[in-house]
Formats: sequence, C-alpha cells, structure tokens
Amino acid sequence: MSDQLAIAARGLIKRFGEVSAVDGIDLDVPRGMIFAILGPNGAGKTTLMRMLATLSRPDGGSATVMGHDVISAPASVRAAIAMTGQFASLDEDLTGRDNLVLLARLWGFRGHGAKKRADDLLAAFELTDAATRQVKDYSGGMRRRLDIAASLVVTPGVLFLDEPTTGLDPSARQSVWKMIRGLANAGVTILLTTQYLEEADQLAARIAVIDRGKKIAEGTSRELKAQVGSGFLHVHIADQGRIDDAATVLEQHLGHSVRRSAEGGALAVVAGSSAAAAKAVAALTAQGIEVSDFALGSPSLDEVFFSLTGRERAEEEQKQ
Amino acid sequence: MNDASSAVLLGVARPAKPSGFSNALVFGWRAALKFRYVPEQMFDLVMTPIMFTLLFTFVFGGALAGSPAQYLQVFIPGILVQTVSFNAVYSGMGLSADLSKGLFDRFRSLPIWPLSPFAGLMVGDVLRHLIAGAIILSIGLALGYRPGAGLFGVVAAFLMLLAMGFGMGWIFIVLGLLIRTPMTVMTAGFAFLFPLVFASNIMVDPATMPDWLRAFVNVNPVTLMTTAVRGLMNGGATSADVLMALIAPALLTAVMAPLTLWLYLRR
Repeated sequence: MSDQLAIAARGLIKRFGEVSAVDGIDLDVPRGMIFAILGPNGAGKTTLMRMLATLSRPDGGSATVMGHDVISAPASVRAAIAMTGQFASLDEDLTGRDNLVLLARLWGFRGHGAKKRADDLLAAFELTDAATRQVKDYSGGMRRRLDIAASLVVTPGVLFLDEPTTGLDPSARQSVWKMIRGLANAGVTILLTTQYLEEADQLAARIAVIDRGKKIAEGTSRELKAQVGSGFLHVHIADQGRIDDAATVLEQHLGHSVRRSAEGGALAVVAGSSAAAAKAVAALTAQGIEVSDFALGSPSLDEVFFSLTGRERAEEEQKQ
Repeated sequence: MNDASSAVLLGVARPAKPSGFSNALVFGWRAALKFRYVPEQMFDLVMTPIMFTLLFTFVFGGALAGSPAQYLQVFIPGILVQTVSFNAVYSGMGLSADLSKGLFDRFRSLPIWPLSPFAGLMVGDVLRHLIAGAIILSIGLALGYRPGAGLFGVVAAFLMLLAMGFGMGWIFIVLGLLIRTPMTVMTAGFAFLFPLVFASNIMVDPATMPDWLRAFVNVNPVTLMTTAVRGLMNGGATSADVLMALIAPALLTAVMAPLTLWLYLRR
C-alpha cells in the first residue's frame, strides 16, 4: 500500500523538553496530490514537516517518504525530496544565478550543464532580469520564487513547502499559487503548511487540521465543512450595542456556540436546518434586535477551525 | 510558471550523484565567491595585520629587541601565527549566519556528504590565511625582514600555518553551530583567543614573565607553533619543534570534527 503513497506517517512524535510539539500524528499522502497541513502558529506544522524532510529526528513513531524510511534511510529520502523552508534558504551575498548554480553542482550537474540548468530555472520563474543581482537586493516575492526554483533543480518526488506565501503581497501570492498548481499538474506531490485557510481551500485536494501537536481533522475542504455542519447561519446585526444580546438569543435557540467576526457586527453559528435558522432569526426580531442581513450556507474554513478547536485563530496567534 | 516552462523544468534528467569530494569543492567555490561579492571582508582581513605589524615594529620594536630591524626578524613569523589565529573566527561567524537564516536546512535536506559544507568553510579559511599571510610577508620583506631559511623555509612555515588554521577552524565551527548570533561567536572566540595569543612568545621573549605565567606560555600551543614557524623561516627548526607544534591541530581535528558532525546532524 505504501508504494502508492508519497508520504505515510504513523504516530510521529517530537518533543522539545516537556513540550510535545508533534504528539502522535498519522498522515497518508497519495502520490501527485497537493496536501495541506493547516493550523495556527505553534501547532507543530513546521516540526512535522522537518521530520518528514529528515531535518529533525522523530522521538517516536515512523514515517516513509516515497517508500524510504526517514529514520533508517534518510539519504534515500533526501534524494527524493526538496524542501523550501519558511525563511528563504538562500545565500544573500550571492547572485540568484550563483545560488542556483551552487545547488545544480551539488546535485551533480557539471560546468556548463549547471549554468544551463540555473538559467532555465531563472527563465521559468521570471527571474532572468535579476539573475546577476545579489539576493539581498531581491523583493520578498522574488526571493520566494528563487527559493522554490532552488527546490526544483532536479524534479523532486515530494516537494515540501513550509508556509509558501507567508509575508507575500496578494499578487505575489497568486503567482506562487499558480506555480504550485503547475507543479502538481506535472505530477509532483506537494505537502504544504499554511495558516491561511483560504490557501488550503484554494490549493489542496486534502487538508489535515493540526492543533497543539495533534491532528484534529482531515479530509477534503468539502468534507471538513460537512463535518462541522452544513447549515451555517451568518447574521449581521445593525446595532453593534446589541451584539451580545443577539449572540445569547442565537445560542439559546440553536444550541451551538456563536462565532463572532473579528470586525464585530457579524455572527455565525451552526443552524442544523433551514427551519431552525428561520426560527432563530425570527426570535432576534421578536427581541427587537434589528438584523441587517442574514444568510444560510456552508461554513468558511475559519469557522471550521473554530468549531473543531473551540478557539479563535486570532486569539491563538496573539498568545505567540 | 506556465505549462511550457514547467515541461522544461520538470523534464530534466537527473545527473549521476557526485562524490563527497566534488560536493566539498562546490562549497569551496561558494567560499571563493564570497570574496568577490563581499569585498568588505577583505578590508578587515588586510587592515588588522598591517596595523599590528607597523605598530609593533616601530613603536615597541626598539624597546623590545634593540631596534625595529632586529625585532622584525622575530616578530614577522609571530604576527603570521597571530593573524591566522584571529582569522579562524570568520568561518564560525559565517556558519552562525547561515544557520540563523535557514540556509543549512536546505543543505541538510540534500543528498550530499554531510561534512562537505564545512570543508567549504575550510577552503574559505585557507584562502584568507594565504592572502593575509602574503600581505604580511610582503610588508615584512619591504621593511627589511629576511627569512634565513629561504623560500623553502617560508613555504614550510605557511604549510604549518595552514595546519594551525585548520585545527583552530574547528573550534569556531563548533561555536558557530552552538551560537546563533555571529557577533556573539566573534566575542566568545576572542575571549578564548586573546589569552592564548598574548600569553605566548609571539611578541616578547617570555624570559621576563613571572614563573607561573611562563609555565603556561611554554606549553601554550600558540607558543609551540610560533617557535616552529620562526625556526622554519629563520632557520634552526628541529623536527621536534615541528611535531610539537602539530599536536594541537591534530588533536583539535580528531575531537572537533566528529563533534561538529554530531552537532550538525542531531538538530
């Protein structure tokens, strides 16, 4: 079975002192898939990925990547993967071209072949104009492109991308997404971590939600949404002063905790059925709370995360 | 990335896996490139030894040895040893910077010989030692230093200096692996180097030092190295001098190289 899987992990554990950064995670990633690990800062995403990429030794459990054991055959794993870390792993003093030539030579390209490979990659990632500039003068988006190009010197079986778009502006993010989809279409298995629910939703065929070192849910974006409850009631309250009253009314009628939007004014709650939702909205009006807008639909992934963990992502990140 | 370019990107045939030696050469090439792209480091490298040579020769030389000219004969081999000792700090600083930026994570995720990045650092060290050594020797020759043992002696002395730089380099590589800020690597390094370099026979004859200090100076590896280098350049070195001087670099390599590998791989 593991021949069909790009990544198979069983009960992976990594401790840092008393803290279990990764606390018994199973993962099955089929070949050719984009698989997202979604979770807040400090959830253990990076630690999990580093174990799979042989950068960190597991304290428990086992894993194979492209059929090779990460503990007993790390060299074979390394030959089959490429990793782009969270922080651009490039030599800032060197030019973009030299960085790629360096890696091409390490992979075994010689002389002219290494230069040709570097130039092909620069062209494909639209960096030809910046080829002879030092990386320290690159913009964030250019660094990220070069960093991903550096992972494609030889075509990896699995590409690990740790938060590939963190810190990028929207247009740079779009271009990285396009690049990731292109690679997946060409058959590369991609495991990416992200704290952006939208990113997981947009790119990944499957998503594992990780919180405090444990996998708390896994499935397609659609399955995760279904797991939380299909009927999600979104309500906008006209009078901000009555938002607490409105939340109380909704909780009483629907029996689920209410999630508030970061900006305030909007409430979301699992409704179960359209009849229950209609009753709850009617109850608000009966209490004299003016509803400016309401809708029944699928939850956003933010709401999925909230229902799974009972906590807001925003709170979690402020604690870090 | 469009589909046409992705075909170019992903259709490439994998080259044969290169040898560990070839990996090390690539990292050496990287070290050499740094000299081109970061010319500032050349300034640090060159200014300190020039200043030390001129200051000591003309300010202290007369008092210490009767005349600057006489002092040059003992001081030039000594300042070479001092410069190589201080230069060993650079690779530790560079390593610390690479680690803090995540660059080594990429190297560690590649199927290469694990020690090859360190071999590259050593190549950078060798280049630095040779450049600084050549500058000091040129100044010395211009000021009137004459190596009594001739060209052969100078070449042998430089080989000794490289052996010492290699041994010392491991100390700073280990510091670089343990300390995450390059500046702290430098401070910690100098805290260790200053007593070793100054409590030696590089600048003065230890004869006037108190007994307890002389006892240390006489077994200080820097003293042993200076005695050997001086003997090789000026004539009169014995094979015992050379062997004694090589003990410390050999021990350092034997202990620190496996420690480096362990520290590097355990993370």
